[in-house]
Amino acid sequence: MINALGKPLPFKPPSHAARLTFFLLLSILVMVIDHRGTHLQQIRSALSVVVYPIQLTASVSAQSAARVSQLFSNENSLRQRYQRLRRENSLLLARLQKYEAVEAENARLRSLLRSAERVTDRAVVAELLAVHPEPSTKKITLNKGSNDGVYIGQPVIDAYGAMGQVTELGVFTATVTLITDASHAIPVQVNRNGLLTIARGIPLPDRLFVPFVATSVDIREGDLLVTSGMGGGFPAGYPVAEIDSILSDPNEAFLKITAQPKARLNHNKEVLLVWPGSTVGKTETGE
Amino acid sequence: MAANTRSRLIIATTFIAAFILTSLPGPGWAEPFRPDWVALVLIYWCMATPNRVGVATGWTVGLILDVLYGSLLGQHALAKTVVAFLTLKLHLQVRVFPLWQQAVVVLLLLGINQLLVLWIKGIIGTASSSFGYWSPMFIGMLIWPWLFIILRDIRRRAHVT
Repeated sequence: MINALGKPLPFKPPSHAARLTFFLLLSILVMVIDHRGTHLQQIRSALSVVVYPIQLTASVSAQSAARVSQLFSNENSLRQRYQRLRRENSLLLARLQKYEAVEAENARLRSLLRSAERVTDRAVVAELLAVHPEPSTKKITLNKGSNDGVYIGQPVIDAYGAMGQVTELGVFTATVTLITDASHAIPVQVNRNGLLTIARGIPLPDRLFVPFVATSVDIREGDLLVTSGMGGGFPAGYPVAEIDSILSDPNEAFLKITAQPKARLNHNKEVLLVWPGSTVGKTETGE
Repeated sequence: MAANTRSRLIIATTFIAAFILTSLPGPGWAEPFRPDWVALVLIYWCMATPNRVGVATGWTVGLILDVLYGSLLGQHALAKTVVAFLTLKLHLQVRVFPLWQQAVVVLLLLGINQLLVLWIKGIIGTASSSFGYWSPMFIGMLIWPWLFIILRDIRRRAHVT
């Protein structure tokens, strides 16, 4: 072994092939341990602190770029946007009035039925720090971590529906696996008739797949799937997806159902971390 | 040794820039066109300074990439280790190639990188079968000549050896 100046080194470092073997074995070991369980969670959270400044820089530079482009957007488009937001706001306020009345009525009916009252879930706004750039893994990183009380398995929603759940936790960051990720499945029920099933993510595109629904079951295109609260991860009642195609193959025992997620998985800057209310999903008689 | 420390600092800075470019948020349609910046920078330094950057560096940046992506720990580490090793094996030949021939070799290296990651994903069952998965390596090939010139300038100005 000779160094750059042409002088022989005082000792012989391990050859490239030896190093390759060592690091290949190390990689495989790490992968097996990481795949089998959660032993590497500590290492991952430690490394996520190292990675945090990188994600923060990327996020801040993207935000400042957006701010600069805002500076150049003309008054007219801003006014249009303002008008639209005002219209939307009054619409939402009108709907909220109705919602409050309905909520009061619901509470009264529930007390009549002697069932537990639903507790409203606590939610905190978190900002998107990074989107994982591989198209096949659908994960996002948020700027809240164990420091803010985030926990593994915590549900994440946006204004339109369920988005995913926290799967990795750092001190200042949390990685969320979206409902469309191939490794994710969420217990749902059909809003129209209460049919319980699950919705699984598929590698591509941004769709959900509803497996194991027999051909005889009452399910239609346009049905809304909401979280069922089974399994205890997600609180019940959040919209998840709308069924957009049902294929029936006479040779198969099950229908081929895909659904379009309600949440805007690729368009959010801000999402909500939910701490489910303590009595949700505990005792509900009279359903 | 001051020059030594500075060289390391410069190399680390280019890697950090590559990580930032990797995690820069962009519109969804642009994702398949994002090149593997870290692999490109790794290939450059393995070629230019094989005494400093090698298999161990490849493994380390791969592991950081795994944390950044939230993927299975070790999958990018393994791929980057192999890429670093192959670049070290080839660096004496490839260094004297004209840029476009280098770009072809880089395409092959990036292809091996993608293939290894896809292979591991296939084993754990999260592989995707879209053509978009392979586009970063072609983008990487197109970017290589420019990246090479920029990094060479940085290396010469800062006297990184």
